[in-house]
Amino acid sequence: MPVQFAAKRLSKELQKISNSLPPGIMLVSAEDLEEWLLDIKVLDSNPLYLNETYRLKFRFSSTYPIEPPEVVFVKLPDRPIPIHPHIYSNGIICLDLLGAQGWSPVQNVESIAMSLQSMLTGNSKNERPQGDEEFVRGNRLRPRDIEFYYHDNDV
Amino acid sequence: MDTDDDFMSNLSSEDDMLPDDSDNDVSGDEDFGFDDEPDTYIDSQKEIGHKKQPVYDISFKVFRPADIKKQQDELINEVNMILTISKEEAAILLRHFRWNKERLIEDYMDRPGQVLDAAGLAQSSARPSKLQVVPGFACDICCEDGPGLQSFALKCGHRYCADCYRHYLSQKIRAEGEAARIQCPSEGCNLIIDARSLDLLVTADLTERYHELLHRTYVEDKETLKWCPAPDCKNAVECAVKKKDLDKVVPTVSCACGHRFCFGCILNDHQPAPCELVKKWLKKCADDSETANWISANTKECPKCNSTIEKNGGCNHMTCRKCKHEFCWMCMGLWSEHGTSWYNCNRFEEKSGTDARDAQARSRVSLERYLHYYNRYANHEQSARLDKDIYHKTEKKMVQLQKESGMSWIEVQYLNSASQALQTCRQTLMWTYAFAFYLARNNLTEIFEDNQKDLEMAVEALSEMFERPITELAAPKLKVEIMDKTSYCNKRRVILLEDTAQNLAEGRWTFNIELTGSGTNGGSGTRR
Repeated sequence: MPVQFAAKRLSKELQKISNSLPPGIMLVSAEDLEEWLLDIKVLDSNPLYLNETYRLKFRFSSTYPIEPPEVVFVKLPDRPIPIHPHIYSNGIICLDLLGAQGWSPVQNVESIAMSLQSMLTGNSKNERPQGDEEFVRGNRLRPRDIEFYYHDNDV
Repeated sequence: MDTDDDFMSNLSSEDDMLPDDSDNDVSGDEDFGFDDEPDTYIDSQKEIGHKKQPVYDISFKVFRPADIKKQQDELINEVNMILTISKEEAAILLRHFRWNKERLIEDYMDRPGQVLDAAGLAQSSARPSKLQVVPGFACDICCEDGPGLQSFALKCGHRYCADCYRHYLSQKIRAEGEAARIQCPSEGCNLIIDARSLDLLVTADLTERYHELLHRTYVEDKETLKWCPAPDCKNAVECAVKKKDLDKVVPTVSCACGHRFCFGCILNDHQPAPCELVKKWLKKCADDSETANWISANTKECPKCNSTIEKNGGCNHMTCRKCKHEFCWMCMGLWSEHGTSWYNCNRFEEKSGTDARDAQARSRVSLERYLHYYNRYANHEQSARLDKDIYHKTEKKMVQLQKESGMSWIEVQYLNSASQALQTCRQTLMWTYAFAFYLARNNLTEIFEDNQKDLEMAVEALSEMFERPITELAAPKLKVEIMDKTSYCNKRRVILLEDTAQNLAEGRWTFNIELTGSGTNGGSGTRR
């Protein structure tokens, strides 16, 4: 029953985003209803992200959309990890929208991608989160199990 | 068997109270001297004064789960009537105001709109929400849009299908343990889901869990309520002692399940020592600051390079391995100053030596002092455990003895009372040593130590009787002796606690550490 629940909603979403997506967001692959890949681009001339494309990986659990999906940036030869004070260099994103507290089941893949896109657009800091190196070296947790502390909301 | 234990522990806690009553009777006798005085008003006042609880006993109330529910319901009903809002809304408002009814009513009267907003309630007076079939509705969560789909919305109008709502609520309640602050699933909408809507939507087992979580927030929200920390105990205890008064009282409470604990810090009963002292003591005992103390008491440092040296034999002419400094182990002075009288160090007045020796002696005394108190503290802790073991063993034998000698179950209960007395008295004794460790000497400490000594002697005597072989225990003479000693122990304990609590309340103890501020480190709690 829950699997079906997620499946129904995901196939509807897929149907919609296969037809149309906002500019700068592209569906790369959605082979099944567990893992999707999307590409995003920053549309304005922000020098930090100029001429770059970034790869996002979405993983859905059977409780989606009651629970948020797991969303990370993936590193490939032509797809770097964007520099941002809330994005660790291993691709893990610290965004309240993706945690149990900030998530709302009304959110969807498209709205997450748009939020991330605007999060990059609005950023002017050429830096990684505090303690990035240590976190990337030591972290064995999956993003959903990390207790992020959302300390600033102005970036 | 468990219920028997509970029953007995209740009994014995009443026993605890008995000595006070008899004390009151004695002092009451003195009052009769004034009987010929015509002013009866003063007399009756005195009567009231004497009926008062002993100083060390604070008033508290135990609430069972049903009582907790009743209290909440009463408050909710009251607010419901005064403010003419639904019971569910009253509950949400009360939770928002941490059950401070007066403040809620005052604020609500002043600016109802803001209060409702902040608490997560809608301002519209729309009718209570219910499950509905709305034509043309498509659920934003599951994208379902079939005809006849049941849907639900709070007053905010964010409508989702019943199934999604159910999933959402079960995720919040089961996985996240959330109850009092579950919001509408819509993004950015902070309307709180009330109990009535929840009951409409979810299955019975989830409702039960939800209400359990709500109960918890009631106890956790109120400063005057605390859960009994005993395993599996569902009761809560109410006590009016404030956090800032914890340096004046030791608020020991006793739950209906028999567990005695401190309302201030939830640790086991630690009268007569105040919470802050207990915290420092436990930290000191757990710390390895005492390792450092051992090192300083049993080793010396090279006066030049400060390397730690433990002398394990040989002569007093030390040459430091590291810096090659030569000194005398006895007086810590330079070896070159020793002149011709080399092997019997008589240079006691030498300046270079006295400073080093003073520091050494101080740390040695401090360690000895700590160990003195710690040994006695640990000893009572262990003995209390052993007494309990002995009691359990004895209990079995007593059952046997009952069968053989024809003594009834009631007749052997004196052993239970003795065991209870031993345990509570040892618990008290244990903490008197931690208390004494931090106490600065004055006239009061002598009285305290005398009380401590009396209690300790009585306890040891009782403990000794208690350990006699079972055949002796059955003898009527020993039985009477044990009963006498038991009540004597309880009396001594009451006297000791009365005295310490009285002085604590009046701020007459002086401690050698700062008890209020957390600035001083317990590790260095030595006399200066």
